[in-house]
Amino acid sequence: MLLLAFAGIYTVVTAPLLHWETFWQFLFQRLILDGVRLTLVLTVAAMVIGITLGVVLAVMRLSPNPVMSAVSWFYIWFFRGTPVLVQIFFWFNVAIILPYVGVGIPFTHFGISVSTNVLIPAVVAAIFGLGFNEAAYMAEIVRAGIISVEHGQTEAAQALGMTRLQVMRRIVLPQAMRVIIPPTGNETISMLKTTSLAFVASVPELFTRADQIANSNFRYVELLFVASFWYLLMTSILTVGQFYMERYYARGAQRELTPTPFQRLRRLLFTFHVPGPT
Amino acid sequence: MVKAEAVHKSFGRLEVLRGIDLEVNPKEVMCIIGPSGSGKSTFLRCINHLEKIDAGRLSVDGELVGYRDRGDKLYELPDSEVCKKRSEIGMVFQSFNLFPHMTALENIIEAPMLVKKESRATAEARARRLLDRVGLADKVDAYPKQLSGGQQQRVAIARALAMEPKLMLFDEPTSALDPELVGDVLDAMRGLAEEGMTMVVVTHEMGFAREVGDSLVFMDAGIIVEAGNPREVLSNPRRERTKAFLSKVL
Repeated sequence: MLLLAFAGIYTVVTAPLLHWETFWQFLFQRLILDGVRLTLVLTVAAMVIGITLGVVLAVMRLSPNPVMSAVSWFYIWFFRGTPVLVQIFFWFNVAIILPYVGVGIPFTHFGISVSTNVLIPAVVAAIFGLGFNEAAYMAEIVRAGIISVEHGQTEAAQALGMTRLQVMRRIVLPQAMRVIIPPTGNETISMLKTTSLAFVASVPELFTRADQIANSNFRYVELLFVASFWYLLMTSILTVGQFYMERYYARGAQRELTPTPFQRLRRLLFTFHVPGPT
Repeated sequence: MVKAEAVHKSFGRLEVLRGIDLEVNPKEVMCIIGPSGSGKSTFLRCINHLEKIDAGRLSVDGELVGYRDRGDKLYELPDSEVCKKRSEIGMVFQSFNLFPHMTALENIIEAPMLVKKESRATAEARARRLLDRVGLADKVDAYPKQLSGGQQQRVAIARALAMEPKLMLFDEPTSALDPELVGDVLDAMRGLAEEGMTMVVVTHEMGFAREVGDSLVFMDAGIIVEAGNPREVLSNPRRERTKAFLSKVL
């Protein structure tokens, strides 16, 4: 296995047609770095919308009120059932359906209106498309987390006089976090790469930038490597963040906290194993 | 304090309570015994509206629980008002149900701060007093997982008392405990009874019912078979069904 991996890396590194200078030239180029920054902005903004709306949808879905539950069901059905690419494209072109957005007094000419294209620039269209789609997936993840919390917890909290929302916010959701975080980490990492779909709206994020540069110098593979390098670096950082989040929400669920990799390394290096009697 | 008149409750087609009438006076300790499936836990859960009743009337401290009386019809109260009523009734569960993500202290101060809007200082002072009273002053910062079953149940009692309830409900509080841990929990409950707390206790501890209980109710198949003074019912049951049950558990 290891040999095969080495062979693969060797082949790539020494490929005669690959122009490594181009790779190094563009790796820290300003246009690429701007793209990285925008990719991060898109990811964070879309995930904030996704998680917030997802929690609301999950709570609505589990509400005893049938209207709430139905609205949530319909949202999830619709946004999960259509491709995210189409959704980004839709928000980018929403002006076709709704050319102006405004507030005014009905049946008079008083009021203000703004062109939808001004209100929703390409970046916002991408954030809406990605975020609203993500909310549908997050809703199901949060719902799974809520269901995983034992019903006795809700009863105990209700018996103390807490309202339904208080029970959710203070008792159920914090415990559901243990179940919610791993798939949410997954979603965030997936989102980081899905932001590249924003190139259909010409949003100058990392992938669009790499593609644009490649279009001018025809070094497609090299620039895809540049983009991949940055995607890999960002997902690696997110993975570390996820570990610490999981560790935080595990308190109370385990008697001892999971050791961090550093603690584990230190223990491995500085603990002397005395051979005991066998 | 608690008044039940012809309380009925069904789960689907299964009729769990088939007309319960009883009255608990202030400062009274009532123990409810009976075989599993007799509806005793369900009845207890109806008292604080964790279960809705299908027919009859159930009031605590002179007010209907979970419903408003308008003429001859009952209307269910909104969540916020049910919560207000529930905050006056403490409940202790068989499976403790402590909040695992909070320390013992946090478990106790959560509801007073959230529901009664108490300051952290006031809530904490009372929590420490209560923990001291149930003999757990040194477990303030322990998480539930780090406590034994008996200790968890005593924290749960302290948590319920922190709301300064008028009435305490106990749903088989010692059934999930190792035998040697039962005593500590019963001691805490005995102390509470001596202080004059009104208590309704669903239990299998006949010794506790005899010593601490002011009245005893034997339930079977959704009805009250026999009720009265605990010593009399336990030593001289009048009904055949009661005799049969007691001969198995005593």
